[in-house]
Amino acid sequence: MLDGGLLIAIYIFALAGFVGFEVITKVPPTLHTPLMSGANAISGITIIGALLIAGSGEGALTTALGVAAVILATINVVGGFLVTDRMLRMFRRGRERTPTP
Amino acid sequence: MTLDRDIIITSAYLISAALFIFGLRRMGSPATARMGNTLAASGMLLAIIVTLISEEIVSYPAIVAGVLIGGALGAVVARQVKMTAMPQMVAVFNGFGGAASALIAVSEYFRLRAGSVEMGLETSVTIMLGVLIGAVTFSGSAVATGKLQEVIVSRAVRLPAQNLVSVALFAVIGALAVTQIVLEASPLLFLAMIALCLALGVILVLPIGGADMPVVISLLNSYSGLAAAAAGFVIGNPILIIAGALVGAAGFILTQIMTRAMHRSLANVMFGAFGAGGGGVGMSGVAAGAAVREGSPEDLGILLAYAQSVIIVPGYGLAVAQAQRQVRDLADLLEERGVDVRYAIHPVAGRMPGHMNVLLAEVDVPYDRLYDLDQINDEFAGTDVAIVVGANDVTNPSAREQADSPIYGMPILNVDHARNVIVLKRSMSPGFAGIDNPLFYNEKTSMLFADAKDGLTRLIESVQES
Repeated sequence: MLDGGLLIAIYIFALAGFVGFEVITKVPPTLHTPLMSGANAISGITIIGALLIAGSGEGALTTALGVAAVILATINVVGGFLVTDRMLRMFRRGRERTPTP
Repeated sequence: MTLDRDIIITSAYLISAALFIFGLRRMGSPATARMGNTLAASGMLLAIIVTLISEEIVSYPAIVAGVLIGGALGAVVARQVKMTAMPQMVAVFNGFGGAASALIAVSEYFRLRAGSVEMGLETSVTIMLGVLIGAVTFSGSAVATGKLQEVIVSRAVRLPAQNLVSVALFAVIGALAVTQIVLEASPLLFLAMIALCLALGVILVLPIGGADMPVVISLLNSYSGLAAAAAGFVIGNPILIIAGALVGAAGFILTQIMTRAMHRSLANVMFGAFGAGGGGVGMSGVAAGAAVREGSPEDLGILLAYAQSVIIVPGYGLAVAQAQRQVRDLADLLEERGVDVRYAIHPVAGRMPGHMNVLLAEVDVPYDRLYDLDQINDEFAGTDVAIVVGANDVTNPSAREQADSPIYGMPILNVDHARNVIVLKRSMSPGFAGIDNPLFYNEKTSMLFADAKDGLTRLIESVQES
């Protein structure tokens, strides 16, 4: 799908990395765990590669490796996003408190 | 027709990438974080759906089976996992992501080797990298999970000539990769290389002790992203490269925050086998024969009941005892009596970044009652009572005062500046760093030797009676 070859791929990788640094730098400590598990779910993007290989119909070995990759990556994606949501639902701000006498 | 389909898919990937970026950005603030996660998940769903219309996919039954199995397993685990077990779960998911990426590289290897297509230099190099990063992520995460679950000894394990073995292993892997790339060596040697990559992951994580896990998990998180990006290079797919790079950056930033909070370099965490020795370290500022003062729950309950301000300092012992509910109950009780209660959270308290925050959120402690190091450190001086619940090294004043202490320079919570200190701890055993904590011998400190849950329960009862 990438016709420009390796150099373009490296460009994309580097630029996305810079974007990642810029976007994520300031995350309050409260959100460190959800950020980590959310990012982890995004790394399950490898499921795309797994789907392409599992469905390629190129022999039993390729399909078997592909399906194993699909299972693992799907666990990562589904579990990762769901558990992050479960955590984030728990975070709440306190009500305004009356000053202590 | 083909062209149109490719354009649709590639454009959809761009939208997915944008959703990941916006999603991650919204994850930076508690008010928008949940929306951010949903955005990122939508990006993932979109990428999956458009991939399924790709003409490269000719057979669906296997895919459907894989997605159903994986989806069901993922959903069940995500719903049932206890919040205290969250570090293990993140480690498991990291490992699965790494394994999936490695499998993609492996399957491309065998597909190209079996076919008549020439494997280009770029492809073979990226396959080797994909296998290396993916396999190290997988086996490293497996060891980390074992340590967190305490199936494997969680202390630092120093292997003989540890670092030499790692370097040698890495060199052999490199040599094997080169024979694959240049000489198209036998696939058996490729399998040997995979095995060595798995061994490397084990050897890299095994020597790292439990309290350094926040660093390791963050680093493995970063690796799982890099593994996905490497798989993207292998199959030439931009969305894998973009998403992988984003996660790589996120994990790296967290890793940096964690190492900074320990005042150590990443190399020191990875290769220093910190906390393995135990011996050789002196009493670090504790005079010989110094005695600790044990407080009775009754006296400490009265102390708390009549305090004006209390700061609670949770640590890994809280997670082990699953005592977050009791912490909350004690805080509620004190607040009803008009006591100002706050929580001081050290960045590396627990076993993963933000571990304590998640546990306290689970029992509905509002996140604006939780303060990090910089926000609260000056407040201890004006505080009546600081309660340390299962934390040790992050409160050790020798990090501030003893230049020869192994943890000297590590930012700590200034618990010893409070007017009174209650330390809830199971025994006098030293913390992870293997050094004594002068805080326990401080004349302002009362020790309450108990499991966090029991100790807090007794304090609650005693406050109720005061």
